[in-house]
Amino acid sequence: MNLPDLLTDYTLRNVALGSALLGVTGGVIGAFTMLRRQSLLGDALAHAALPGVCLAFLLTGSKAPLWLLLGGGLSGWLGALAVLGVLKYTRLSEDAALGTVLSGFFGFGITLLTLIAGSGDANQAGLDKFLFGQAATIVAGDVAVMAVMAALGLGLVALLFKEFKLLTFDPTYAHTLGFPTGRLGTLLTSLAVVAVMIGLQTVGVVLMAAMLIAPAAAARQWTDDLRRLLLLSGGFGALSGVLGALISATQANLPTGPVIILVASGVLLVSLFFAPRRGLLWAKFASRRRGRVLREAMVRGVRP
Amino acid sequence: MIAADLIIVLTAALVAVAGSLLGVFLVLRRQSMLSDAISHAVLPGIVGAFWLSGGTATVPALLGAAAMGLLTVFSVELLERSGRVKVDAAIGVVFPLLFSVGVILVSLFFRDVHLDMDAVLYGEIAYAPLNTVLLAGREVPESLLLMGTLALLNLMFVALFYKELKLSTFDAGLAGTLGFLPAALHYGLMTLLSFTTVGAFQSVGAVLIVAFVIIPPASAYLLTRRLSVMLGLSLLLGVGASAAGYGLALWLDTSIAGMIATVLGAAFALCVVFSPLGGVVPTLTRRVRQRQSFTARLLLTALHGFDRAPTPGDLATRLDWDAARVDAALAYAQGQGWVQGQGSGYALTPTGQTLTGRPG
Repeated sequence: MNLPDLLTDYTLRNVALGSALLGVTGGVIGAFTMLRRQSLLGDALAHAALPGVCLAFLLTGSKAPLWLLLGGGLSGWLGALAVLGVLKYTRLSEDAALGTVLSGFFGFGITLLTLIAGSGDANQAGLDKFLFGQAATIVAGDVAVMAVMAALGLGLVALLFKEFKLLTFDPTYAHTLGFPTGRLGTLLTSLAVVAVMIGLQTVGVVLMAAMLIAPAAAARQWTDDLRRLLLLSGGFGALSGVLGALISATQANLPTGPVIILVASGVLLVSLFFAPRRGLLWAKFASRRRGRVLREAMVRGVRP
Repeated sequence: MIAADLIIVLTAALVAVAGSLLGVFLVLRRQSMLSDAISHAVLPGIVGAFWLSGGTATVPALLGAAAMGLLTVFSVELLERSGRVKVDAAIGVVFPLLFSVGVILVSLFFRDVHLDMDAVLYGEIAYAPLNTVLLAGREVPESLLLMGTLALLNLMFVALFYKELKLSTFDAGLAGTLGFLPAALHYGLMTLLSFTTVGAFQSVGAVLIVAFVIIPPASAYLLTRRLSVMLGLSLLLGVGASAAGYGLALWLDTSIAGMIATVLGAAFALCVVFSPLGGVVPTLTRRVRQRQSFTARLLLTALHGFDRAPTPGDLATRLDWDAARVDAALAYAQGQGWVQGQGSGYALTPTGQTLTGRPG
């Protein structure tokens, strides 16, 4: 697979574009969720999107991606609100709130999915592709829908960058300054829903968590500056998306979503070890050097 | 046919029992999402065992899955300890990676065999009565036998190490200093969780097992503050939901495991809303009642200051309240037996006078 193919092959171009859009949006928005320690909220709301996809199909009878994604987005959003509600009203910890909402919504989704399959509607075939995503079926129209959603999500981040930054690093201060922290937090969570909607067709419900986490965690290794972190994270996401799409196109039966996740995890591993300053290898060398300086100083009997 | 029904419900109930015995401790240790991670990450273990043993043999699959489960827990801890990634992000990176490896292996090498991806995600418990093995000359459903063994194993683990589990869950530091090896218990728990996950794989699948492990304990946690009661309630809820979910699934002709998970989710929602220990409705009603009681006590203090029985209008002027608020407070105070009507006005009863804390 080479560059001319990417430009001329219709399917490959759509897949690569869609994956790139997912990567950029997931990377940028995932950086915020990671910094706010809500990494797994993305996983929960991706699973919570499934019943919405099925309900949208049952109500509209159409398989138009826009309706299904809107349904999925709505129920994913409700799932996220359910997690936050459980945290607010009960003494359950975050992990239990996430686990219950994730598996409860997903169970309901599976029930609806089999209900649709049992109704013998020929049109339903392919609905379950939202579980793992099926990048190969992405057409130009889907890419356009994804582009609109990505523009919406990234535009909001650009517009409210200052507010989100303050909310992420010092919510109490943001509150005393009179920012509507509650609504801003809900908005940031809702943006994760937008990222999940873009990812549903490409990597699917089950693997979406990694697209929100891996690029962000990788980018965190390279910089301490939020603006650069967002750019890097979006870049890593896009790189994983395009590279994953290209690799999976080289061989039949190589599913796109999992390959994208593999590439994103690879980027994270490299960053974990080799990034300057925060990289693990770097830290090891630094500690060895410190040890040597200390030993030499002790031998000579002077302060290091 | 009745026998088949019974086998399916029994298998589901055993999945719930085996799962929530461990889930109780996961919820209390704030490690619920590790069950989500393990349930996805065992896939490459199952595929590997399938490849090595040349078929869906149970024991290699169990071992493969346990190895992957422990690898998951170990990698998450390693990542977390590196200090570069928080624990939730570590979980969210490790399990998609391992699951992706599993999916890729399945689609490359096992496209047309038993391991199709639908089964991976939501299993097919309806086949439970069909796959049988010979045990002492009798045909026994394999998943029933497997889940029964796992439930028994988990029960023995919890019964045997109840004290140690309790201590290490609520005070890991003390458990360590007393020599109880919390780390060994932790890995034991995770090994059993991996076994249970892979045992339940073909009946309820990778994602729904999380519902069977986490939702009953999480619901029970909202209803009690005692560990033993929490265990009992979890088991009861899991078994009840299995039966109810199966009935509903038959009626609506849908996925059995999915329906049981739905019922569990609904039961959890009911607990969140109605639990007497901090449920949303009891909490809100308690707040309303407290506000009413407080307002009525303010009214009593005002009544105390009059030397004749004041009318509601007098009280409204004195307290600077509107008439409705005065009426509501009077009604509440009358209901409690704190005030009584006297001519056109109101006066304190003896109870009301003691409440104001001053001699009448």
